[in-house]
Amino acid sequence: MDITFQDVSYIYQPNSPFEFRALEDISFHIPSGSFVAVIGHTGSGKSTLIQHLNGLVRPTNGEVIVGSHSMKAGEKTKDLKDLREKVGVVFQYPEHQLFEENVEKDIGFGPLNFGVKEEEIKRRTREAIQAVQLPEELLDRSPFDLSGGQMRRVAIAGVLAMSPDVLVLDEPTAGLDPRGQREIMEMFHRLHKEKRLTTVLVTHSMEDALRYADHVIILNHGKKFMEGQPKEVFVNEKELREVQLDVPEVIQFLNKLEQRLGKKVPYHGQTITQLAKELAAVVKGREAHE
Amino acid sequence: MQHFIEFRNVSFRYREDHPWVLKNVSFHIGSNEWLAIIGHNGSGKSTIAKLMNGLLLPQTGEIFVDGMPVNENTIWDVRKTVGMVFQNPDNQFVGTTVRDDVAFGMENHGLPREVMLKRIEESLQAVGMSEYERHEPHRLSGGQKQRVAIASVLAVSPELIILDEATAMLDPRGRREIMETIREVQRKRSLSLITITHDLNEVTQADRVIVMNEGETWMEGVPRDIFAQKDALQDIGLDTPFVTKLAAELSGAGLAMQREPLNHQELLEDLWTLHSKM
Repeated sequence: MDITFQDVSYIYQPNSPFEFRALEDISFHIPSGSFVAVIGHTGSGKSTLIQHLNGLVRPTNGEVIVGSHSMKAGEKTKDLKDLREKVGVVFQYPEHQLFEENVEKDIGFGPLNFGVKEEEIKRRTREAIQAVQLPEELLDRSPFDLSGGQMRRVAIAGVLAMSPDVLVLDEPTAGLDPRGQREIMEMFHRLHKEKRLTTVLVTHSMEDALRYADHVIILNHGKKFMEGQPKEVFVNEKELREVQLDVPEVIQFLNKLEQRLGKKVPYHGQTITQLAKELAAVVKGREAHE
Repeated sequence: MQHFIEFRNVSFRYREDHPWVLKNVSFHIGSNEWLAIIGHNGSGKSTIAKLMNGLLLPQTGEIFVDGMPVNENTIWDVRKTVGMVFQNPDNQFVGTTVRDDVAFGMENHGLPREVMLKRIEESLQAVGMSEYERHEPHRLSGGQKQRVAIASVLAVSPELIILDEATAMLDPRGRREIMETIREVQRKRSLSLITITHDLNEVTQADRVIVMNEGETWMEGVPRDIFAQKDALQDIGLDTPFVTKLAAELSGAGLAMQREPLNHQELLEDLWTLHSKM
């Protein structure tokens, strides 16, 4: 589903001492099927932005359009239920929301609420648990007997069981160990392609944004600061530093290399092995010239 | 160096019919030392943290904090010297405003009001949250909550701070700033620091590293020696820093490093040296 933000602002608790402008005049367009990373310093408005995607909040000004759904300031959103069925949100630490007595019921809870038939729920539950790469034996177990990583996968399966068109991921790997992080991101990437989802990833990991996203939106103090392809955006190390963001480590390193050795090795998505070969050639290169 | 914390042959399991989470673990940490504990999820890292301030008590072995054995009688004294921040600060918030929350810990320590006011201001400033003093903690973002939780611990000024994935929700830069703030405290006064983290670049700055695997201390040493064991770390599911990986690939491409580089600076220096010799 296409996602469009048109001059969207959002103010928390307006006209109160707590009034806080979380988003300011945000506009962008995400074509259906994109994998978009939303990046910004803590408190830049990322979480508020994604809460607009399934109508948890309505813009204070402007319009949000998700597929055929429009959310406008002061207008009641139509078919909110339908929107929430199509936009699956994996919140931060989603395993904190598990509550059912067994994994099967927890995964099936969403579709059950949306009136999906029992047989269909069974089918979707099995498909979802396979999608998150957990054994079906776990379906009978209490979600609270599982490890942290498994609990997170169950929570994600619950979102997938809704068969969403849009998948919104808020820091989905926070708190996992490096291997768990990689596995979860690879899983989302695979699902994104297989199910032709539109994926919106909120992340602090520039490395993940570089590896998985085809489009990056950078937020700063509630405003859109920059957007574009990761490779285009991340070359702007100086500008990003000004809004307290880093560029991926590989680009940082190559920039420092240029300063220290006066040699430019451009980043073009090469693996670390390829990069080492290019670097070795540059370091040894001097000999060839002399 | 005086041992501030000592674990002597500590074993722990949550229930008698459950497997051991920690198996005969012994280590110590000195005053003013920074110890990083790494290991994959479920390796026993967080259990160690909870044992240090008596949230859990071991079945066998002994734990000493500042010379005191940790047991039911000493728990309250131990907790005065140990400040702890967990990964999910939601479970730690009690106040209705950020400022009340930071005050809470100090109230429990019976600090006078003037001291409290000063420390609230200082600690919120230290974590970059001054402008949120009157905000409700529950409305903050995950990263902001973590900052406030760290401010609350800084405010009570404990002798040992344990950060259990306490900066996981911050962006890399915010994480670095917070660690720099805590290092600054450590330069001014004696502070022992234990960080449980997956941030490998942070680990390279610690004085010492313990690698946990399946409830055992699997490796212990300075960061350079630990990360030199790249393949062994990968075997137990741990990653190594970008610089470590790149250095290994470079030696595969015919550029052998003199030492195991720990950061960009060191690797660049090595490359420069090699480059000028070519």
